[in-house]
Amino acid sequence: MPVPILKQGGVLIASIQAAVTDQDLVQLQDDLADKVGRFRSRGVVIDVSALDVMDSFATRTLRNLAEALKLRGAATVISGIQPDVAFAMVELGLTLDGILTALDLEEGFDMLTQTSREEDSGVG
Amino acid sequence: MSDEARVAIQRDGDIIAARQKGRDLAAQAGFKGSDLTIIATAISEIARNIIVFAQQGEVSLRLIEKAGKRGVLIIAEDHGPGIPDIEQAMRDGFSTGKSLGLGLPGAKRLMDEFEIISEVGKGTVITMRKWTR
Repeated sequence: MPVPILKQGGVLIASIQAAVTDQDLVQLQDDLADKVGRFRSRGVVIDVSALDVMDSFATRTLRNLAEALKLRGAATVISGIQPDVAFAMVELGLTLDGILTALDLEEGFDMLTQTSREEDSGVG
Repeated sequence: MSDEARVAIQRDGDIIAARQKGRDLAAQAGFKGSDLTIIATAISEIARNIIVFAQQGEVSLRLIEKAGKRGVLIIAEDHGPGIPDIEQAMRDGFSTGKSLGLGLPGAKRLMDEFEIISEVGKGTVITMRKWTR
């Protein structure tokens, strides 16, 4: 099942569901890279709070996605990594170095909208 | 619920089925919270290894007991190309380009016991166990 992507102002929100397959994650990469251009989005929140496992494939895919979106001019926040999942990732040796993370979707959204507001006021 | 499960691994969706079965069985053994996630994550890594390198295989899961301790036994088996250099495959950061190179060494770190038997041209069997504390 493809990951749904919502548009909220200048931010795109992707909520990953529990049973996301490798194929769905690869599809999400393409969809987000495309939509960031189409909607001229400055930020993307990827919420993973429903994920009970973040293995090396999921982590690598999200990391690549965040880096590709940065090259497309959008900031990415990964939100909602569950405590147990975070510990398992550390044990596995998985990190999200250089990638913004937030406790939950709301905080991730705030991070992106505050950043763009500061940029706007900086210009004015 | 049965104390044994087998999951055929043929598509990436089967990886999810395998780790969910593993989580259920581990809960039955008495594992809690983060241990359930750790076991599910290790299963995810070895099941993906099957898809990436052998295309198909099987993950079997079983409840085990030793000296009053309960645990889970997880066996991933395939008849794929085999691993030519296990020592290299078990090194952190070694990757054939399809992963971060943390899959197998990572799974080993997550579990209490971990062994690989692999023969080039014949296939690979990974056996791992985790015991309740």
